[in-house]
Amino acid sequence: MFFPISGTHISPIYLILVGFIVGILGGFFGVGGSFIAGPALRLVGLDWNFAVGTDLAHIVGKSVVAARRHRALGNVDLKLGLIMALGTIAGAEVGAQAIQMLKRAGHVNFVVSVVAVIIYSGISIFMIWESRKTLIWQKKRLPRGSTRGAPSKKDYSAFGPVTRAIQGLNIWPMIPLPTSGIKGVSLWMILMVAFVGGFFGGFLGGGAGYIRMPSMVYILGIPTHLAVGTDLFEIIISASYGTFSHAIKGNVDILIALVMNTGAAIGAQIGAISTQYFAGPKIRLAFVPLPLLGAAIVIYTLFAGHKL
Amino acid sequence: MKNEAAKTLRAFAIELTIYAVLVTVYFFLVLHLLGTWLNGLEIHHRYTYAAVAILLIIGQAVLLETLTTFLIRIIRGRSE
Repeated sequence: MFFPISGTHISPIYLILVGFIVGILGGFFGVGGSFIAGPALRLVGLDWNFAVGTDLAHIVGKSVVAARRHRALGNVDLKLGLIMALGTIAGAEVGAQAIQMLKRAGHVNFVVSVVAVIIYSGISIFMIWESRKTLIWQKKRLPRGSTRGAPSKKDYSAFGPVTRAIQGLNIWPMIPLPTSGIKGVSLWMILMVAFVGGFFGGFLGGGAGYIRMPSMVYILGIPTHLAVGTDLFEIIISASYGTFSHAIKGNVDILIALVMNTGAAIGAQIGAISTQYFAGPKIRLAFVPLPLLGAAIVIYTLFAGHKL
Repeated sequence: MKNEAAKTLRAFAIELTIYAVLVTVYFFLVLHLLGTWLNGLEIHHRYTYAAVAILLIIGQAVLLETLTTFLIRIIRGRSE
């Protein structure tokens, strides 16, 4: 199939398949999946600028589908998502400026690659430790006679004491988040988490769900199911902003994104529904390979000396 | 248990088939008709193109989500 905007020939079945896989990951983990979709688009000959911009447009569509499904399941905190969108957009702008500075200094590829490997590996190591410890702790505490049935949205974390200490920081204004079951958390903590996520999104590319989703769980204390759903809702706003910004620079082939989205729509539904069958720590443990995969791709490009 | 799994898989296969047919029709009707217009817009009116691109992707997502939810409801309803 010929796509006139980017001037490329790509099989629509390939695009639907990529969309489907990224859709499942997005619906289940609340991530954009740009570390898979970007290289997958590049692999079939799309220029990097089009791969990045088109991927963002596709992320908007996929997140709409997954967030609507998560909302139906009661997994979206709209208030939190709207506040976070502000911090994410500001962070993304600062991240993009940092890239421009490094470009001028001439070290952009090396610095970004090293930062990416450290961040991705750090997240994975921490989440393996935390989720395994929580699962072992939960197993020990399981009361006699109770069954291991469908898990509720109430979440447990071995990092809980630190999270509660952060929630206890009384820095005005305190924002109540009843949907997430949180009495009050400082607005500045929410904005900081969103800003850091946005910064790495602008700095490393993509939606940075691999940073924001764990940060929402461990720093703000949002239950994992709600963190996944709210992150997707927040991604709709921040990725729409990114899509608009890339589209006016001529980096978006919307026809490719629309085709990818047909596969992503069904994948995202499957992913979102699947979260109901797993407890929070198990979702977090299953999340671990994603940043590791991202780190492996970066290490490959660093040593091979070219992008995929 | 096995019967239930087989039922779910069958329902999912039917859903995918109906969905594939609808998506193919959608490709030929919408993408073919919109392609030339969007290409022109992208060359001459970038800001309009950017706004239209976001509206299209969100509109398509809402449409597909409604469609898949409807299909799931219809097929699961019949199989039960």
